[in-house]
Amino acid sequence: MKPPPFDYHRPRSLGEALDVLAGTGADGKVLAGGQSLIPLLNMRLAAPAHLVDINGLTELATVEEEPGGLRIGALARHARVERSARAAALQPLLGQALRLVAHPVIRNRGTVVGSLVHADPAAELPAVLALLGGSVRLARRGGTRDVPAAEFFTGPLESAAGPGELAVSAFFPALPPRSGTAFHEVARRHGDYALAGVAALVGLDDDLRVSTARVACVSVGPVPVAADVTGACGHRPPASADWAAAARAVQDRIEPETDIHATADYRRHLTGVLVERALRDAAGEALHA
Amino acid sequence: MTTKLFGEPVQRREDPRLLTGRGRYLDDLGPDALAAAFVRSPHAHALIRDIDVSDALDVDGLVAIYTWEDLPGRLAEPLPLLIPHPALTHGRTAFPLARERVRHVGEPVVMVVARDRYLAEDACALIRVDYEVLKPVVGVEEAAQGARLVHDDVPGNVGAHLVQQAPSADGRDARELIEDAPHTLAFRLDIERSASMPLEGRGVYARWDADDSSLRVYSSTQTSTSVRMAVAAKLGLPLPKVEVIAPDVGGGFGVKIMHPWPEEVLVPWAAMLLGREVKWAEDRREHFVSSAHERAQVQFVRVGFDDDGRVLGLEVTILHDHGAYTPYGIIVPIITSTQLPGPYKLGAYRVEFSSVYTNTVQVTPYRGAGRPQAVFCMERTMDRIAAHLGLDRTAVRAANFIQPDEFPYDQGLTFQDGRPLIYDSGDYPQALRLLKELIGWDGFPARKAAAEAEGRRIGIGIGCYVEGTGVGPYEGGHVQITSDGRVHVSTGLTSQGQGHETVFAQIAAAELGVPLERVSVVTGDTRRFGYAVGTFASRAAVMSGNAIALACRKVREKALRIAADALEADPRDLEITDGVVHVAGSPKAAIPLATVAVLSNPLRYAFDAEAVRATQFAGTSSPDRPPVDAGDEPGLEGRDYYSPIRSTFASGMHAAIVETDPLTAEIRILRYAVVHDCGNLINPMIVEGQIHGGVAQGVGGALYERMVYDGHGQLLNASFMDFLMPYATEVPKVETAHLQTPSPLNPLGIKGAGEAGVIPVSAVIASAVEDAEGIPIARMPLSPSDLFDLRRAAS
Ligand SMILES: Cc1cc2nc3c(=O)[nH]c(=O)nc-3n(C[C@H](O)[C@H](O)[C@H](O)COP(=O)(O)OP(=O)(O)OC[C@H]3O[C@@H](n4cnc5c(N)ncnc54)[C@H](O)[C@@H]3O)c2cc1C
Repeated sequence: MKPPPFDYHRPRSLGEALDVLAGTGADGKVLAGGQSLIPLLNMRLAAPAHLVDINGLTELATVEEEPGGLRIGALARHARVERSARAAALQPLLGQALRLVAHPVIRNRGTVVGSLVHADPAAELPAVLALLGGSVRLARRGGTRDVPAAEFFTGPLESAAGPGELAVSAFFPALPPRSGTAFHEVARRHGDYALAGVAALVGLDDDLRVSTARVACVSVGPVPVAADVTGACGHRPPASADWAAAARAVQDRIEPETDIHATADYRRHLTGVLVERALRDAAGEALHA
Repeated sequence: MTTKLFGEPVQRREDPRLLTGRGRYLDDLGPDALAAAFVRSPHAHALIRDIDVSDALDVDGLVAIYTWEDLPGRLAEPLPLLIPHPALTHGRTAFPLARERVRHVGEPVVMVVARDRYLAEDACALIRVDYEVLKPVVGVEEAAQGARLVHDDVPGNVGAHLVQQAPSADGRDARELIEDAPHTLAFRLDIERSASMPLEGRGVYARWDADDSSLRVYSSTQTSTSVRMAVAAKLGLPLPKVEVIAPDVGGGFGVKIMHPWPEEVLVPWAAMLLGREVKWAEDRREHFVSSAHERAQVQFVRVGFDDDGRVLGLEVTILHDHGAYTPYGIIVPIITSTQLPGPYKLGAYRVEFSSVYTNTVQVTPYRGAGRPQAVFCMERTMDRIAAHLGLDRTAVRAANFIQPDEFPYDQGLTFQDGRPLIYDSGDYPQALRLLKELIGWDGFPARKAAAEAEGRRIGIGIGCYVEGTGVGPYEGGHVQITSDGRVHVSTGLTSQGQGHETVFAQIAAAELGVPLERVSVVTGDTRRFGYAVGTFASRAAVMSGNAIALACRKVREKALRIAADALEADPRDLEITDGVVHVAGSPKAAIPLATVAVLSNPLRYAFDAEAVRATQFAGTSSPDRPPVDAGDEPGLEGRDYYSPIRSTFASGMHAAIVETDPLTAEIRILRYAVVHDCGNLINPMIVEGQIHGGVAQGVGGALYERMVYDGHGQLLNASFMDFLMPYATEVPKVETAHLQTPSPLNPLGIKGAGEAGVIPVSAVIASAVEDAEGIPIARMPLSPSDLFDLRRAAS
């Protein structure tokens, strides 16, 4: 369990990083927190010729408010965002999700943006981005582009970030007024990737009836599965909303698979249970918002 | 008071070292040694057609590449079958490097030695082995069908077959009694594979001293003495020229009592051949596919019982998965077969096992060593009887208990040490009373009803066991008091963090009457003590503890004799307090043990002020006697051995309360209670620590751990990502109560405690989940997905 040989680069500025990445192209891999990449290297499942370590780019260690939301830089660690008061105030779902990501030691190193680029369909943050309709900012030498969540996750462990590109930040829209969020999941052990998990956002209108209800599910498809279930819930107060119908609607949409930890049927069942729980909790939050 | 040390919760002396990163584990040694790495089979069953190393030769820093063809003499033979048994008619072991055929994924095929481990792995990646892939045998049932063979010369894949019978007092056998019983039940149980999984894997580091023609080997092993003998034999070296040392070992749990591992003979051989230090430290993937697993069994049970739930006859047929080889013999299924009756007096018992080969990692003992399976079987049976008769589960157990006045109790079976299975002591009814009180058994139905009213499902479960501990053949201890008053204790068996340095020091300090701080303990170093068996079977405290106590008693006797001479007193009037020998009741007539040590060794040469007092001209000894009397020896030291006539039998009972989520099928342990009896306690804190660790491993076996092989014999979860060991967050707080029923078999009255915690956990959790769910639980481990399936099948 030792990685195959690679060249190591540690750029000191964003410009230098983009130059190096432009030079290495498809042979280069960005190293952020290393919590996913290093195990892949050690098991020789990945063998990039160049490793571009961005841990020297402290300019990217940012958590900043922007109109309409929160921008998180590529070097902001999970732990930092989890503890950020600004993040909690603007978008509580981030904190709710981060508490479920791995363990404190891993959150001390792993990055939010790295987690998005890694695009594990079992990971929480891609689901958060998908639910909220956020975006990822990709930079390459000579330009940047913002890719919306719906286009960013392209397959299991596959994202829109191409060769030579560095994800410099991600944008998470703020929680609208009279809205609430929740994240529920079932993992085999505390901190494991979830067998199934559901992030939910519920918005209420002036009469405190459900006006938006959306969920995003993890571990039940090749990418996070986002679904608008406003219709299924019915335009009703949370106490009488039809969460079960919403759950059924989601169960019809997902394509879980059987693996060594759980059957597809169990995952589908679990997703239904968690959709109900998450929607109910999110609505409760919205009532108190 | 020094003598109070025995039985006190003395803090572990090894902890400051181990907890602050100052332990010296195998990979901390030899930083400049060459590194070995292995090309291992990617196939479960294949013929090796060709090995092409040409590309690897270009790797800068490569030192050597070895295949089976390179192995000389006895190294080229199969590895030893350590524990032969008449029933193991078809024992098979592997070659150190595969010869012509591989029989499981992970079997070593090529050894590479290079400047460092990175380069060695680079070279491994460039070696091309041409395999002719054969269809593998996976799973005991496929193996038992015998349609395909793991070893061509083992018909039906059956390595061993053994029947043991304990007929009733009036000579009737189990089958007969089951036929005639008022009630009978028959069912099947399944237990899946798990593994020891120490945090530190295996590892070997060897230095060859060409000037001295001697070999020093460090191994992360549970038996340095036996590794030494195996290495000397395999390499054709004189035993005195080989030393083996177990440094700090980061856990063993059984897998490191297996030996010699291929790497354990190959690495020293390469060190000799190359005249360079060579080291191999196992990585996690290697540990998953190249060491050993345990637990997997399928059990078929038939039981006959009366209206009170008393077992009239029990018949168990076991299919035991032995993996590809049987280097450790059939210890595991023998233990399952013989420990199955537990604390119960069965009318008659018949057990039969077939140990079958599969194209998977070999099976050798893992903490509990066959007992968790045995207890799962017996306790599931007790619960089924209770359910069938509508009786309380504890009442059925109580109806079957061996009573306190029935010891020694002969189960009529032959144990793993080849000796009769006779329980030495125990008090099972009392243990059950304590446990019921601790967990609140009698009040539970009310709690359960209250929870149900809130829409919650909870259940309570119980499991009882008896564990043969402290098996022979022997261990030894050596104790030396030097002229500075320090006490040096050594024993040959090894430590893996259990706290031996502490408990052996407690024993020595208490026996000799010296302060604990003055005692140091060395284990597992053949330079200090060459005769030993090893650390397994919960035997270290019983075996080495008693041997050290006996050695201390010899030293004490000698110290008193010499002191009596010096003080002109009767040795019978002397005692030792705080390292000073004195006449009882008159503290002035005293002589420190340090001085006694000086006097014990008549000297010609004085090298310090103390030594002057021992020279021939110092003059206490009589001119009519030789300085060292006939039959006496210089020095204040003693060596003794403890060899028991048979095992001691510790026992215990666990209970748990679990909650199952009605929707998600998650299983949570709300409470976990243990009543434990290992005879006299040397250090109750250390015993509790052993129990906690054992329960944690048991929770792993009950709810999380399984080795998932696919039909091609590939292990699908060979990493900590997918092989789920419980974290601290999954392990409940363990509530314990101790019962102390001394063993009459040894001077200290102790029994083993090392494995106890793990043994009944699967049975207990199954019992509790069954109570919560009302669905029979017949296999372990149990995941939420499994429980979901069971619910669907039941509805
Ligand atoms: C034991 C364990 C448990 C875990 N459990 C969870 C869990 O429950 N949920 C969860 O979501 N995650 C979990 N993780 C993963 C963890 O959250 C990772 O930190 C995260 O997925 C990746 O972030 P990283 O900064 O470590 O990325 P790295 O490991 O450094 O990189 C991961 C991948 O993303 C690419 N990459 C990273 N940053 C950039 C960038 N800025 N631009 C372009 N490419 C980039 C890398 O090239 C690489 O391909 C776990 C990890 C471990 C070790």
